[in-house]
Amino acid sequence: MTDDEKLLQQLLEKQKTGGLKPSDRFAIPSQPMPTQDEVERRSNIDEVALGYTETSARLEAMRCLQCKNTPCIEGCPVKIRIKDFVGAIADGNFGEALDIIKANSLLPAVCGRVCPQEVQCQAPCTVGKKFKDVEKGVAVGRLERFVADWDKSGDSIPEVAPATGKKVAVIGSGPGGVVVAADTRRAGHDVTVFEAFHKPGGVLVYGIPEFRLPKAIVQKEIDTLTKMGVDIVCNFVVGRTRTIAELMKEDGFDAVYIGVGAGLPRFMGIEGEHLVGVYSANEYLTRANLMKAYKFGKGADTPIAMSKKVAVLGGGNVAMDSARTAVRLGAEKVYLVYRRSEKEMPARVEEVHHAKEEGIEFCILQNPKRILGNEEGYVTGMECLKYELGEPDDSGRRRPIPIKGSEFTIDVDTVIVAIGNGANPLIGQTTPGLELSKWGNIVVDENCKTSLEGVYAGGDIVLGAATVILAMGQGRVAAAAINEYLTGKA
Amino acid sequence: MNVSHKILSKSQLSENVFTVEVEAPLVARARKAGQFVIVGISDDYGERIPLTIAGVDTDKGTIRLIWQRVGKTTAEMADLKIGESIDYIAGPLGNPTHIEKFGTVVCVGGGIGNAPLLPIATAMKEAGNKIIGILGARTKELIILEDEFAAISDELIVVTDDGSHGRKALVTEPLQEICSRDPKPDLAVAIGPAIMMKFCCRTTKQLDVPTQVSLNTIMVDGTGMCGGCRVEVGGKTKFVCVDGPEFDGHQVNFDLMMKRLGAYRTQEQKASAQYAEHRCKIGLTDTIRKKQ
Ligand SMILES: Cc1cc2nc3c(=O)[nH]c(=O)nc-3n(C[C@H](O)[C@H](O)[C@H](O)COP(=O)(O)OP(=O)(O)OC[C@H]3O[C@@H](n4cnc5c(N)ncnc54)[C@H](O)[C@@H]3O)c2cc1C
Ligand SMILES: Cc1cc2nc3c(=O)[nH]c(=O)nc-3n(C[C@H](O)[C@H](O)[C@H](O)COP(=O)(O)OP(=O)(O)OC[C@H]3O[C@@H](n4cnc5c(N)ncnc54)[C@H](O)[C@@H]3O)c2cc1C
Ligand code: SF4
Ligand code: SF4
Ligand code: FES
Repeated sequence: MTDDEKLLQQLLEKQKTGGLKPSDRFAIPSQPMPTQDEVERRSNIDEVALGYTETSARLEAMRCLQCKNTPCIEGCPVKIRIKDFVGAIADGNFGEALDIIKANSLLPAVCGRVCPQEVQCQAPCTVGKKFKDVEKGVAVGRLERFVADWDKSGDSIPEVAPATGKKVAVIGSGPGGVVVAADTRRAGHDVTVFEAFHKPGGVLVYGIPEFRLPKAIVQKEIDTLTKMGVDIVCNFVVGRTRTIAELMKEDGFDAVYIGVGAGLPRFMGIEGEHLVGVYSANEYLTRANLMKAYKFGKGADTPIAMSKKVAVLGGGNVAMDSARTAVRLGAEKVYLVYRRSEKEMPARVEEVHHAKEEGIEFCILQNPKRILGNEEGYVTGMECLKYELGEPDDSGRRRPIPIKGSEFTIDVDTVIVAIGNGANPLIGQTTPGLELSKWGNIVVDENCKTSLEGVYAGGDIVLGAATVILAMGQGRVAAAAINEYLTGKA
Repeated sequence: MNVSHKILSKSQLSENVFTVEVEAPLVARARKAGQFVIVGISDDYGERIPLTIAGVDTDKGTIRLIWQRVGKTTAEMADLKIGESIDYIAGPLGNPTHIEKFGTVVCVGGGIGNAPLLPIATAMKEAGNKIIGILGARTKELIILEDEFAAISDELIVVTDDGSHGRKALVTEPLQEICSRDPKPDLAVAIGPAIMMKFCCRTTKQLDVPTQVSLNTIMVDGTGMCGGCRVEVGGKTKFVCVDGPEFDGHQVNFDLMMKRLGAYRTQEQKASAQYAEHRCKIGLTDTIRKKQ
């Protein structure tokens, strides 16, 4: 028996005899996430975080105080009954835990892995507050992932109500689209998902890398949709192959959900951005993930730069994913260049931590001034400026200010720009009457309804850059509104 | 729903240029002149390549593709047989050409550029324009679609670099003459290799003839998500797949574009060579020329 198993036994004994006092719970060590060896994983694409064992999951769950006021639930955008599912795990009732989660979230295996827990469910946790350290709070996400992975049944297909004869079109197969498809299909509607790419899943397949979210998990969710009778049509670009008006007027769709995600990667508008070796993170990650460029020449046909020294610009999840992908593609040196300080980085804490372990060099309070190239147009370096932090700006974060005369050059052959995306223009351009914000995002009301009758939208195309769980949350809201709208419709 | 993309007919237009008529009913229904598709021949490991829709038969639900064998994917496509299928065809993509009655339109095609040019020239003709066609290539065998252009042109000039067919000249020579006429043409449309479009634009700019070009950048998604297709037009960054593929040629920075087109040259040569070797092993006869 391992020490952990002994500890669990002792705690269970104690629980039977007199119950666990908060002090007993505080004494349980916060359970670390086992990970793949930090050197070995630099040359493979397998998942880095390996997941809890039953013992560590139960120990972690026992740290939960079962607070009366459940502050954690407030932190979760879809209001999962965290206290109850964590309690069920502590008791060893994993099936029950799963049912509790599934009542609010369709993709626990995904959210448990990619939610920024430290600013959501884990942020208000009483245990973390006690230790004055969010990371010491109950590891809700890891527990959620544990139950999802524990669930080997997987093949249970949600029940579908009798056919209503109504047709729903879902545009885009990202997390929002998947949720809308499932929820409207469950209500008995005839549902078709239209996806522009040749594979469904949205950012979950083309953006977030395998080492963070195995594609098989996403595929399983897509398969469930198919088994429920949802029709998934790939290589169909709404706006071009068919407009929304045509789908509704000619093809008989009664309602439409637009979940086309973000588009148009932002560049900085500096000299040298058109050089060969300058990528948007979207392009770099799509080549690497969706098109499997890491196997170029060994089966895969999509090339990617064979970089030795890479600079990634930005400080979010997308930047971390790009930097860590570059390591796996064989780069010897990867710099992460961010103009604010590490405290302001929007990336998940765990990703920052993993990135550092993998040898990525953080260049904080720096920003490029121009990208340098040679005669053939290839990147040879990047001239940067040093920054300092001034007064807080509109976002509440301290404004980065360049330090005059602080120019210096770093030697790189590839630059990956991960500073965000604008809105995808295609739907807006081809859908007259659809109200857009001045940034091109679709405007919706509290039910995710757009300015057009029967047309709903959510996810990144509405929120700008969002998260998986926010996109799912909007999907939930939109699906409920669509179901209600269709009930009333003759 | 799985849409089938069976090849109904296929032929070879020159040593390295192939054409197929392939089922793509959704694309055929929506397509307008100037648009393109993204084609993939293997779902899991294949590349996504953009090809112009060279023609369409809406009754049959088919489109025509014409491509030049330059690398691995276009070579694999050249080996597909009638009755076999292309894995996926997404589109139509890009903005349709702005077609109206301009007056006289001079249409300049270089090499494989004749393929994307033909539907545009045809639509311009149908809109009541007078069409002057200029077709150019390195040598006789590489001039494609001459008969089709002859059928719609009011005047057709063919040139080759080596003089093996038509006049011995580069396309810019007759273009210069035509643009110097009085009255000069109202519009030029130039489609071909980037270098050709660059020099055509230089010519027409001097003579003040507005010029449209259709750009063939490297692409991935074709929906405005990746930014791989970006070009500099009038000093601003534009995305060929959603802002183009046609642009005011006088505003395009061709030098930058040409550099970006060469981004993967070494790797692609490797992939082509591997494929050529593989073909030899499996006994396909004619070998791929590595250099065009
Ligand atoms: C690299 C990266 C890392 C990220 N990491 C995290 C993370 O760790 N945690 C987190 O919570 N969030 C993360 N995000 C953000 C998160 O992935 C997104 O907020 C979320 O995926 C948005 O979902 P969505 O439903 O809007 O659709 P998306 O996932 O954006 O998918 C939209 C789909 O619509 C398709 N589409 C687009 N246009 C059309 C059209 N005209 N017709 C048909 N289909 C179309 C697209 O091809 C795509 O498949 C990350 C994003 C990226 C890019
Ligand atoms: C909007 C658009 C429409 C197009 N229409 C046609 C068409 O109708 N017929 C046709 O033959 N081609 C067309 N192209 C070009 C075509 O996409 C490329 O030739 C093809 O991607 C090459 O793939 P490959 O794997 O065979 O070659 P690769 O191995 O990818 O490349 C081989 C060589 O071709 C060059 N190359 C790669 N991509 C392109 C490109 N996009 N344009 C020019 N050179 C390239 C490479 O630098 C390399 O030297 C179009 C491109 C665009 C963007
Ligand atoms: S869905 Fe995300 S925010 Fe909600 S409990 Fe799960 S991990 Fe936390
Ligand atoms: S706040 Fe923390 S300790 Fe309290 S119920 Fe939620 S997870 Fe448990
Ligand atoms: S091809 Fe990706 S944005 Fe144009």
